[in-house]
This record gives sequence, C-alpha cells and structure tokens, in this order.
Amino acid sequence: MNEQTPEERNRNFSEVALGYTAEQATLEAMRCIDCKNPRCVPACPVEVDIPAFLKSLAENNPDKAFEQIYADNILPAICGRVCPQEAQCEGACILGIKGEPVAIGALERYVGDYGLARDLADISVSQEKDIKVAVVGSGPAGLANAASLRKKGYQVTVFEALHAYGGVLNYGIPDFRLPKDIVRKEISNLEKMGVTFVKNAVIGKSITLEQLKEDGFKAIFIGSGAGLPSSLRIPGENLNGVYFANEFLTRVNLMRSNTFPQTSTPIKVGSTVAVVGGGNVAMDAARTAKRIGAKKVMIIYRRDKDSLPARLEEVHHAEEEGIEMNLLYNPVEIIGEDHEIRAVRCERMRLGEKDASGRRRPLPTGEYETFDIDSLVISIGQKPNPIIKQSTQALKTEDWGGIITDEHHQTSLPGVFAGGDVVTGAATVILAMGTGKAAADAMHDYLETIQ
Amino acid sequence: MYKIIKKDVLNKDVDFMTIEAPLVARNAKAGHFVILRVDEDGERIPLTIADTDGDNVDIIYQKMGYSTKLLGEKESGDTIADFVGPLGQEAHIRDKNHVVGVAGGVGAAPLLPQLRAYKEQGSKVTLILGARSKEHLILKETYESFCDNVIYTTDDGSKGIKGLVTTPLEQLLKEDETVDHVIAIGPVIMMKFATKMAVSHKKSVDVSLNPIMIDGTGMCGNCRVDIGGKTFFACIDGPDFEGEHVDFDNLMARQSYYKDEEHACYLRLKNE
Repeated sequence: MNEQTPEERNRNFSEVALGYTAEQATLEAMRCIDCKNPRCVPACPVEVDIPAFLKSLAENNPDKAFEQIYADNILPAICGRVCPQEAQCEGACILGIKGEPVAIGALERYVGDYGLARDLADISVSQEKDIKVAVVGSGPAGLANAASLRKKGYQVTVFEALHAYGGVLNYGIPDFRLPKDIVRKEISNLEKMGVTFVKNAVIGKSITLEQLKEDGFKAIFIGSGAGLPSSLRIPGENLNGVYFANEFLTRVNLMRSNTFPQTSTPIKVGSTVAVVGGGNVAMDAARTAKRIGAKKVMIIYRRDKDSLPARLEEVHHAEEEGIEMNLLYNPVEIIGEDHEIRAVRCERMRLGEKDASGRRRPLPTGEYETFDIDSLVISIGQKPNPIIKQSTQALKTEDWGGIITDEHHQTSLPGVFAGGDVVTGAATVILAMGTGKAAADAMHDYLETIQ
Repeated sequence: MYKIIKKDVLNKDVDFMTIEAPLVARNAKAGHFVILRVDEDGERIPLTIADTDGDNVDIIYQKMGYSTKLLGEKESGDTIADFVGPLGQEAHIRDKNHVVGVAGGVGAAPLLPQLRAYKEQGSKVTLILGARSKEHLILKETYESFCDNVIYTTDDGSKGIKGLVTTPLEQLLKEDETVDHVIAIGPVIMMKFATKMAVSHKKSVDVSLNPIMIDGTGMCGNCRVDIGGKTFFACIDGPDFEGEHVDFDNLMARQSYYKDEEHACYLRLKNE
C-alpha cells in the first residue's frame, strides 16, 4: 500500500497509509487461493466471510464485497485501518507460511471506503419491535452492540458521555491512523438505521442504571471502555509538563489542539518529549508529539524491542518518523523545578527469566541515566472507567475494576450486559466489537424469554 | 444544543445563567459540577452548579478567560453547544453545629448550595464573603435571606471590612467557640490561607478545587491534585476535599500552565 513519506507525514495529521487503487485491490484479492477450510475466518473476532469478499473483489464486484463484509462488520473502513491483522486474519492466512499473506486489512479498508463513499451500507431493519434497549458508550463495543440489536428491530438508544461519538475511535486514535470523518460516516450509517444517539449523558451520573430501567429500557449494554489512566507511581508525576496519554491524545484528537488557536484548547510539548510505554497508544502519543512540533521524541520502555506490545507496523512507522527507542529503561523519578518538568531519571534494566506474560522479566541493574526533557507522556495502560461501578453498588467487578460477566455477557444485574474493554481491560477495537455483537445475541435471547 | 433560559449580569465580570438541561438537572446535588462548551470549537470548561429547578440548571461564571468571555456574549434565548453533568461527588454535608463559609469573589456561587444544605440540616451558618470592591460581591440578598450572620470584606473598603477574608475568619475562630467547621471556596491562594487558619485553630476545613479539566469523567487525569502525597482526580474524587493536606502550590502552578496560550486565545477574541 502506498504511504506518505516519513519526512512529509511527521509534520501533518493526514493519513499515513494512502490505500489501494481499484486495480491494486483487484490484483491483491486475486492472490487468495480460496482454501477449503479458510483459517482466516475463525481468526477474525467478528468472523467476516473473508474468502467470499475477496472473491467478489477479484471478480471486480466491490459492491458485493462490501455487502459481504458489512453483514458481519458494521465498521469496515475503521477495522481495515486499526485491526491487528497480523495477529488475526493475515496471521492465519496460509500464504503467510511461505510468503506474504493476502493483505486482508488493506482490502477491507479499500472495500470499506468504497462502500462509505457510495452509501452502500445495508440499513434495513427486520420487523420493528416495541422494546427499548440502552447502550452505554459509543465506542466499538457499543456501536457493534447497537447495530446488531437495531437490525433485530429493537429501539436502541446509545448514550455517550463526551460531546462526540466513537469513544476511543474519536478521542484515542489519531487522525494519521484513523481520520475522524471516517468515524463520523460509519456512525452516521447507524443513525440512518434508526439508532438514537444521545451525547453528554454520563450514565451513572446523568442517569443511573436504575433510572434507565425506570425509563423503560428492558435491557442495558455497558460498553464504557477502559479510560482510567494507570499511574507510574513515581515522584514528580504531578509536575507541569507530565501528561497521561489519555489527556495528551484527547487534547489533540477530540479537542483539536493541533489547530490552536483556531480551536480553543491548547497543548504544549516543548522540544524534547519522552513517552513512557511500548504499546500502540505510546506510539500514537510519540508520533503525535512529533507532529505538533517536538524536535526530539523518545519512547522509554523497560523491556527490549521484541517485547514491545505495539503492532510491528506502528513501531516501524514511529521509527521511520524519527522516534527514538530508549529500550530497557525504567523511569524512577521525574525531576522538576518550580513545579515544571526538567528531566526523567531512569534505571537501566536487563532481561531475566520469562514471567507470567511469557515475556522476559525486566530486572534492575542499579545503573541510572537522566534524560533532559520538556514533557513526558505516561502511556502504560488504562483501566475500566469507574463511574458506573461507583453509582451501582450491586454491580460486581474485579479488583482491577473490570465488570464481571457470565458466559452470556450478562453482569451480576439481570438484564444488564457488558462487553469490550470495560470487561476485558484495554484490548483491541475488533475484540470489543466482537463482544458487543455477541452480547447483542445474548440480549435478544434474554428479551425473548422475559416477554 | 442547550438553550439559555435566562441571563443576568451580576457585575461587569460575573454573569448568572439558567440553562435548560434535563439530563443534568435530574440527579444534580450540592457540590456537583457541569462541563460546558460554548460552540463547536470550544474548550470544555467546568463550572459548579449553583442551583437547579425542574429541567433547568443555574450557573454563575466569571468572565476571566477566553471561553467564559465567549459565554458572556450569549444572551437569553441563545444556545450553547454542550452541557454535561452532574459530575463529581456531591458535597459531604457533615454533622456540625456552626459552619463558617468563606468565599472569595465568584467562589460565592459554588459555596451557595453547600451552605444552604448546612442550614437546612439545622447547623448555624456564618458567611464571610470577600471581593475586590462592593460591586463584585455577588448573591448578597440570597445569602442574607438564610445565613445567621453575613460578614463582607472588600479590598478597597467600599463595603464591610477593608482587607481580606482571613481577617474576620481569624477573629471568628478566636472568639466564637461554637464554630466547628470551615468551608473555603475561591481563589486557590485564599483557600490556602483560610485552610491554614482553620487548621491552626484545630477546625475541620473543606475546600472546592478547580484545576484544569477536559473530560470530567476520570479519563484524562489533567485535574489531578496532590493531597498528602497521594494523587486524586478532582473530577471524580472531588471537587470537594478536606483542605488540610492539599498541595495548593502545585494546584496553582498546574492552573497556570497554559497562561500564555490563554492570552493568545484572548487576543483572537479581541481581534474578531
């Protein structure tokens, strides 16, 4: 797939990947050998019929390809961009054993964009039901859940706490990976389908779960995500110039501070930025810092390069854009002056035996190094949003905050279901969509039995 | 869009507004706040709820920054883009005999529902309200209608005691043994010294913290405050906290981190 050059793109917020042409897409789709037992389909959390859509594409029928994807995945243009295909469909592709797997992600993106541009989404609804269902959160889990329930005929209302829809797709993932107009267009298809969206509604505050039931919602899906930032628990975290990745990315992605002062939410990073963490969010933050003017941006991560949890593609893109990788460093203190950050002191680490995660455990060496920096972004993970739990004592949660659900995605409260990051902890867009969709089936069964 | 039902200019710096917002009004309690955006490019700014009535929510704001000045240009009948809440923890109304509310400037607004709640539960309530000058003293009649005692201070002596709110506070703490609790809401520097004074007289003291916020739901962490070496998020753990161990100096520094940028935005407003 064509890309903007690193020198060009690390100064703008336009998409890095430029996408296939029709010709490229057809040629790539023709590489699929149409296995008898396709391994790609079960490797997809929403089980898109991949061989079928590739075949349509190879036959020059993108309209049909779109229809085939959309039947299982209501956000194809998004998933084509942000799914970790190398660990899912493409990772399972038989062609990948000896050579390159079919570029399923890039093709899904092509078909998704094709369908969005031509309004091809099937917004039909099976027989209308006079039953109200509430969905909490308009991120991937909530959107997938809402679409599935609406298709079954339910009257679905999605409640969003922020002023814009999409959850992490909107506030978390930067434009250069996922342009916001694509998020808006995909969501507008759900509106056309008849899903009602209510913004500025913090469930647990504006309306409690109990009140939703009083208001006539017969079933509730909680997909409120994992938005509570984890702290490093080291001195200096409250200095000016220290950001959690959520704040940093929200300022740019949701509040558009990259266009300040045309927009009115500022951001400042200075010339040298350190991002602590090695996941996709850390790569997003580092690449964003570069784009808003930082001269030097470094990732600080306590393990080695092979252990980086970020997708290979993101690491590769970050390095191309000039992000430095300070691996095997663990921050121990953020040093400041007059309440403002000046430096971060790190301990050099070495790798020991494998730990529970299967990765080699980082061990302290007693050697330290200090990096002079102007700002620091903490990106070491997010925990589930706590507000619903706080206002709903009977809702059972794990110690780390995740909502406990049974095999039918139902919580400890009858009629209240949950899925996505609020159940699993921070994971991927497509996994959240998968549980949102599966929960919709379980909610349908539940609603049938209580009638 | 959220409709402005009513607007009153309280003085040249401070307005009162009633906004139609049923989702905020439904569960709002004393101590809760809202976040609003004036327009589609707007900042998210937090404001404490002054009162609610049916579907309507009252706010009082000081036109000191770009966004509040922009809000001040709106009139009754206009709309604003976003208005979300109620956010934060409701105020903890303690079992106290005599509560002294100390408010500086527009701090009189967030203090109002709390002091009223104390009065309603049967506590004696004294208000010390300070401002630059007479015309900056807001909500005088409202407070006078229910407080047992009201003391004014002004910087220029145009009404009440000339000087700072801490002057009558100290006198009261020394002379009136019935006083067993202080609530201080206003500029951070005022809260810092009012807290010091209350603590030195061994009285409990609550403050309402107003750091910079974005989402207001515990996601961004911009509003973190240091209390006794532990970090709290003002948006979900506060905004009210016991004042004794609050690191007010850190809060002041964090509040002013974007001062230069605020100025850039203000210049744009002036030029438009």
